[in-house]
Amino acid sequence: MKYLEGRIGWTLLVLAGLVFPFVTGNDYHLTVMSTAYIFALATLGLNLITGYTGQFNLAHSGFMALGAYVVGILTVDHQVPFWVAFALSGVITAVVGLPLGFVSLRLKGHYFSIFTLCVGYIMFLVIEKWESLTHGTVGIIGIPAPTGFGGYVFDQPRALYYLVFAFLVVGAFVMHRIVTSLLGRTFMAIRNSDELAESLGINLARNKLLSFLLSVFYAGLAGGLYAGFVRFLGPDLAGTHHTFEMTTFMLIGGIGTILGPLLGAIGMPWLSQHLQFLQEYRYVVFGPLIILLVIFVPNGIVGSYLAWKARRASNEAKKLAAPKAAQPVNTTAPQGGATHA
Amino acid sequence: MLKIENLSKRFGGLAAVNEVSTSIEKGKINAIIGPNGAGKTTFFNLISGVHKPTSGRITLDGTDVTHLRTDEVAKLGVSRTFQTTALFDNASVLDNLIVGHRLRTRSGLWDVLIGSSRLKTEEKVCREKARDALDFVGLSHMANRMAGDISQEERKRVAFALALSTDPKVVLLDEPAGGVNPDETAGLAELIRKMVKHGLTVGLIEHKMNMIMSLADKIMVLNYGEKIAEGTPAEIRANPAVIDAYLGSEHADA
Repeated sequence: MKYLEGRIGWTLLVLAGLVFPFVTGNDYHLTVMSTAYIFALATLGLNLITGYTGQFNLAHSGFMALGAYVVGILTVDHQVPFWVAFALSGVITAVVGLPLGFVSLRLKGHYFSIFTLCVGYIMFLVIEKWESLTHGTVGIIGIPAPTGFGGYVFDQPRALYYLVFAFLVVGAFVMHRIVTSLLGRTFMAIRNSDELAESLGINLARNKLLSFLLSVFYAGLAGGLYAGFVRFLGPDLAGTHHTFEMTTFMLIGGIGTILGPLLGAIGMPWLSQHLQFLQEYRYVVFGPLIILLVIFVPNGIVGSYLAWKARRASNEAKKLAAPKAAQPVNTTAPQGGATHA
Repeated sequence: MLKIENLSKRFGGLAAVNEVSTSIEKGKINAIIGPNGAGKTTFFNLISGVHKPTSGRITLDGTDVTHLRTDEVAKLGVSRTFQTTALFDNASVLDNLIVGHRLRTRSGLWDVLIGSSRLKTEEKVCREKARDALDFVGLSHMANRMAGDISQEERKRVAFALALSTDPKVVLLDEPAGGVNPDETAGLAELIRKMVKHGLTVGLIEHKMNMIMSLADKIMVLNYGEKIAEGTPAEIRANPAVIDAYLGSEHADA
């Protein structure tokens, strides 16, 4: 197992992603996989604010839809080239996220989640009701396919697959960089304890906001990709159920890890596909499955593996240190006095 | 070092800290004792900026820090420990400590994205600081153990190490010996002495009187948010008001 970790493991995963279109002979599979990658990218963002920084943001799908609508509106109604609109999808999402994050991050714990749930729903309502801008429930139709360089157009499933895959790889790499750096440690210190982090000189407001902005930036880009990939947009994308779906991906794979949300986001749609014959009854399978996971595997698949590994390393360190730690414990000395504790 | 003037904190009608004036003296162990609910922890929270005082003034080496945020106070060199230390149990002890020196580093998002040499240097410095702090508290052999596995006393030492890794001038210790056995208490007392010997100033809240009486250079007694006495351990022991409010007669002539 050891040789599958680190650089080699990631390289193998990337290779698997690269050869996938050649292994599967089916365009439908490519579409399922590409969609999964797009949501995986968004889930990576959600995982930064929720899994690494400990602030459960329930407006995430709202931000993803915002990014998608930036691309949809700009390309269809204003004839802006796809890539310009795409670049703006991340930027505008972060710009809108700035005041929203600033206000909502003043709340802690469940209050933050409840507040962002409302923010997300308001974003959904704005998209649905502001017909002159967003086309309302009719949606935006005819978004142009992403153009490549030298006149190439990403309109074939295989080309689109590679495009989306490339963004996921870069997104995962950058996210890996962030969370393993001092900045990532800062976020994790906040997740661990606000109070302690603050007493260690960490500016809570600024770091939470930075994590939030990075998180929605990922959501916005994922939304932009979604618009270019599906080429049709409806307000449904902003629905809270998408946030909860992404949360499920994180929980199953392992919240607060990079590989976990990726595995969850890519694996769950396939499971869902295979249970298609059950129709609506597949939730009878999903529901109990998630409950069992939360009870028995609270760290998710990857999280549990990492915890097991940490435990083993700890036991080895203990063995090494055993001669030093063997001190006799003398508990006979009376302490007396006012020990209220 | 720290000068506190007429400090008050009201929570609604309750004066948790009421018109307290004192000082935390440089290079000394300044103890604060008092019954449960006397306002000791609130007093620390006021100094470290967790709560804003209702009135009064706090100065650190002449700089007014009354209205600073907790992280700003920490950057000026006031570090603290809590009654219970929240560690990330699934990570190693060393991993838990690395972030302790973050406040002295400047790497931001841009450094992370381009992988700047400043970031690499600072990460190395943070790691070294963590190791030094762990050495100082005598836990270097625990560096790779999982934080969830270590004993209560070791947790206390890790909390000290976290506080020390911020390069503080003053360390405020909130019940460092709570929940550890007498032998371990003696070990922690030794560690506190070592901190002072290395030039640190210590503020100490503790209920274990033997420890306080042998350690403290100066004791302040709080009761219902008010300072009822201040002085050397011998003076405090002889003070009738303190005996009445807190110590009980058994400590009167001990």
